[in-house]
This record gives sequence, C-alpha cells and structure tokens, in this order.
Amino acid sequence: MTEPPILEAKGISKSFGGIQAVCNVSLKLYKGEILGVIGPNGSGKTTLVNLITGFVSANTGEIFFKGKDITGWAPHKITNLGLTRTFQVMRPYHSLPAYKNLVVPLNSPRVRGTRGGKFGDRDTVAIDILEELGFERDARVPYKPASTLPLGYLKRLELGRCIALKPEVIICDEIFSGLSMSEIASMIPLLEKLQKEGITMMMIEHRLRELFRLTNRLVVMNFGEKIAEGIPGEIMKNQEVKEAYIGTEIS
Amino acid sequence: MMKKMERRKKRLDRSIKVRSEGLYGLSSWREMTYMLLPGALFLVGLLLLPLVLDMYWQKVLCGACIYALLALGFDFLASWVGLVCLGGALFIGTGGYISGLLDAKLGLPAFFSIPIAAVGGAFICTLCLLPCLRLRGIYFAIISFMFPLFAVHIIVALNAFGGTEGISALSIFPNIWTEQYLALAVVLISLFAIRRLVKEDFGLILRGIKDNEQAVRASGINITRYKAAAVFIAALIGCFGGAYLSHLYGWLGVSLFAMDFSILPIAASVMGGMGSLAGPVLGALILTPLSEALRGFGQLRVVLYCLILIGFMVYKPEGLFNYLKRKYHQFERWEDL
Repeated sequence: MTEPPILEAKGISKSFGGIQAVCNVSLKLYKGEILGVIGPNGSGKTTLVNLITGFVSANTGEIFFKGKDITGWAPHKITNLGLTRTFQVMRPYHSLPAYKNLVVPLNSPRVRGTRGGKFGDRDTVAIDILEELGFERDARVPYKPASTLPLGYLKRLELGRCIALKPEVIICDEIFSGLSMSEIASMIPLLEKLQKEGITMMMIEHRLRELFRLTNRLVVMNFGEKIAEGIPGEIMKNQEVKEAYIGTEIS
Repeated sequence: MMKKMERRKKRLDRSIKVRSEGLYGLSSWREMTYMLLPGALFLVGLLLLPLVLDMYWQKVLCGACIYALLALGFDFLASWVGLVCLGGALFIGTGGYISGLLDAKLGLPAFFSIPIAAVGGAFICTLCLLPCLRLRGIYFAIISFMFPLFAVHIIVALNAFGGTEGISALSIFPNIWTEQYLALAVVLISLFAIRRLVKEDFGLILRGIKDNEQAVRASGINITRYKAAAVFIAALIGCFGGAYLSHLYGWLGVSLFAMDFSILPIAASVMGGMGSLAGPVLGALILTPLSEALRGFGQLRVVLYCLILIGFMVYKPEGLFNYLKRKYHQFERWEDL
C-alpha cells in the first residue's frame, strides 16, 4: 500500500524484570482495515496493546500515530488523539448505572465540546450510544448498575466507551472471549458497521474462526516476538505458526 | 445447627417517598415538605444553636464546625475519589500558619488573611500531595499522615515561625457571634456546594476514578488533574479551618499540626455514615461536644473515639445519617415466615 499507515510501531520491546514480554515488534495498521493479532497465551499480545496505548512505557522502540511520535505519551493524551482501546478484563465503573459509564468518556477533552453539553444532554447521548450497541432503550438495562450486568453487556459497554470518544482506531483486546455463540453473532455485525463508518481496528483474539470473518490481515506473536504476518489462509499454513499453536511433533 | 428463622424484617418505602420521586415531588406542598423538611430542620437548627448555648459551649461549637469541615473533606476524598486522606492536620496547620503569619508579620486583618490562607494553603497542600496522588487507599493515608509530622519537626528544628512557643497575640474576631456564624456559614455552604458538585459530571468522573482508574485514563481523561482538583477542594475547606482556628485562639503553634485533626474526622465519618457527606458533618457536630464533655478523662478520650468507632463499625456500619435516612424513607415490620 502506498498510503502511510495510521498507526505504526517500530521495534518496540518491553521486559518485566527478567521476562521479555515484547521483543522488537514492528507492525503497521492501515486506515480502514481490521488487523488481527493472534498468538498463544503469554505471547505478549496484551502487553503490546498496553505499550501502544501508553499504559506501559516501552524500553525501546517508537510508536507513530497519524504521523505523530506518541512514544512515552500518557494514555489520556493518546486517547484524545483518537486511539482507543478496550480492556481484556472488563473495567466498568461498578457503582454507576450503565449509561453513566459512557458519560465519563463523553467528558473527555476530545468530545466534550461536540457531544452533548448542559442539562443532561450527555445522558441522552450515552443512551443513544447504548442503543446503537444493542442495549434495549426502554428496558431497565441501561439504568442498572454496571455490576449487575451480564458479561455480554459489559463487553459492549467496553466498546461503547471507545465509540463515545469518536475514535479513529479501536484496539479490541479479546472482545469475544467469554461470550456465547449468539452474543458473538450479534457482536460481529456491530464491528463490521464500525469498520464501514471508517474506524480502523486492531483485534487481539483467540477465537480464530470469528476473527477470520472480519479480518484480512493477521499478525502472529509467540514469546513476545512477531513470527508471521500475512493473510489468514496463508498464515495458518506457516510451519512456525503451526508449531506455536499445536506444538512440534515428537519423532 | 442453625436455628430456623421464624420471622424476618420487611422494609417498605413509604408511599409518600414513592410519590415525591423525580418531578412529582413538586406536585403539592405535602410532597415538597416531605422532601425539604429534614434539610431545613438541620439548617435552621444549626443556625439557631448559638442562641441557646452559653459562652463555653459556643466556643465548643466553633471547634466542632472545624472538625465538621475536616470530616466533610475526608469523606469527599475517601468516598468519591478513593483517597483515604489523613492530612487533616496538614490542612489545619498550613492554613493556620499562613493566616497567622500574614497577621503577625504584615498586620493583615483576619478578614483578608483567612481567604488568602485558605486558597494559598490549599495550593501548598495540593503541591505537597501531588507526587503521592498515584497511591491509593492505605498507602495514601500513610503518606498524608507523614506530612504534618514533617512540618512539626521542621518548625521545631529550625525554630522557625516562633518555634515551639508559637506566635501569640494575633488579631481575633470582633465578637462571639461573628466567630460562630462565620464557621456555621462556611460549614453549610461547603456541605451544600460539595453535595451539588458530586452530582455533576465532575463527581461522576471522580466516582469513576474511585471505581476504576485505568478505565478513566482509557476514556481520555487526565486523572491526576481531577484528583488534584479534588484534593484542592478538601484542602481549601481544611485550610480555611486552620486559618479560622488561629484567629479564634489568637495564637498559632505546632499544636495546629496535632494528630486529632487527622483522626477525629475519621471517627466522625464512620459514625455519621461514609459517602453521605452530610453524615460526617453530623458526626463531627456530635462527637466534638461529646469529647468536650468527657474532658475530665484526659488522654483517655482517644480510647473513647476508638470505642465509638468500633461500636459503629460493628453495630451500625451504615452510620447514623444513613440509618436516620432509612427510617425516614421506609417503615419496617416483622413478618412471620
């Protein structure tokens, strides 16, 4: 592709004590695509997300977003540029009602002036977003405390926090994990719709079949290193990837 | 084997509570009275209190108001931001020293020195606590508890600002009525202002920070700024308290950094009911006169605080205010199973 990537990581590494969590990983994310990142447990996928979004600072390497060097920036600054993320372990505000969970991001400098203002406007915007995500508008669900919501709704709430920020890039950290088949089936059209709206996505995922429906490019990680990159069909034939997932044959 | 429960307590909302929820509260005088009566009683009762007290208890009331301010700040930080702040003594000391020094060195009247000390002291306290804002819970408590101890040692070691003796003969308030109504007005204004503030989006974000810092950061919000703002608010009312105290006694000294200012607000908050903001104020207004009445016990009073704390934690963990609120809104009856 000739277009410059919207997000680019150049040789980022991170070690926690003696453990090399991410080692010299480079990747590019182009506008409008859905990039899948897969790898066995402990291969450094979540750390990669934390590094890109600034929650953990990298030992070495550089990260560029929209041509800007965002290495070492604070997470809230990066988020305000339009690079948002969901958490693998959901982090709702347990004591707040579901819709109030979205009023918090609506207060960020990025969307503060444009989405809702005084007199409870933000509440209405938040409920609109929840409806878009498949919460029933007139039911009690949006008004229930987040701690009482089932997993499927919490995952949507995570996604909602990103959407509320009108992002350019969403990094989904295992958004399908723990969901039932029907919940995933209703989540996929949602993500497709977001892609059509021009949002670029990077999906960390273990559910490969569902991921392959969405993505056209894959990055495979193992032991903190990027071992392969390409289109899904070819990648799964790659010997190294097979070994990482299935293991080596004992002869 | 557990004894079989024969009856249980059933709680039901009073019908008027249901009727006065939301906009319907404005439908008739009955509903409006029901909603506004408790607050109005508290407000009027507090304002009338100085008229029925004698000189000694009037002074006690002034002190109680300062503890009420500290308890309010403590509850605001603990229940809304998740910072357990034992910096009450820091706020009182900083405010008291600034106001007292402005008065003693520059001859500013109390009318000017108190506001300057409140705002300036709040800035200093916020700056002191700024590096520790990333700590939470008990860790923040330990650090904030250290600062007043530091301050005392620095003042004593350098013999600065009058050293251990302090500075006396500061200007005092013109009369006892100014003293009392100034303190009462500030308590009421800060109580209503903070209660209003936490209902705004600002309070919502603070609540979010308490629940989950990382999610707030991922929402593009600078949590340090919000935490600092919250600490500033708590420090502002705390420093006002200190400035007020130095003029109330006409004296400043290291005892403004006394541990009492850090500990009693906790007891008051637990007694009054954490998270209600009005509860801690109520708690402080009860606990301070109580401890004054037990002055004869001397240092044993601290034991009394602890007993009250333990008693409330075991028997009424919801606190006095929440208990009264429940009784007001709901009736209870025993039901046979």
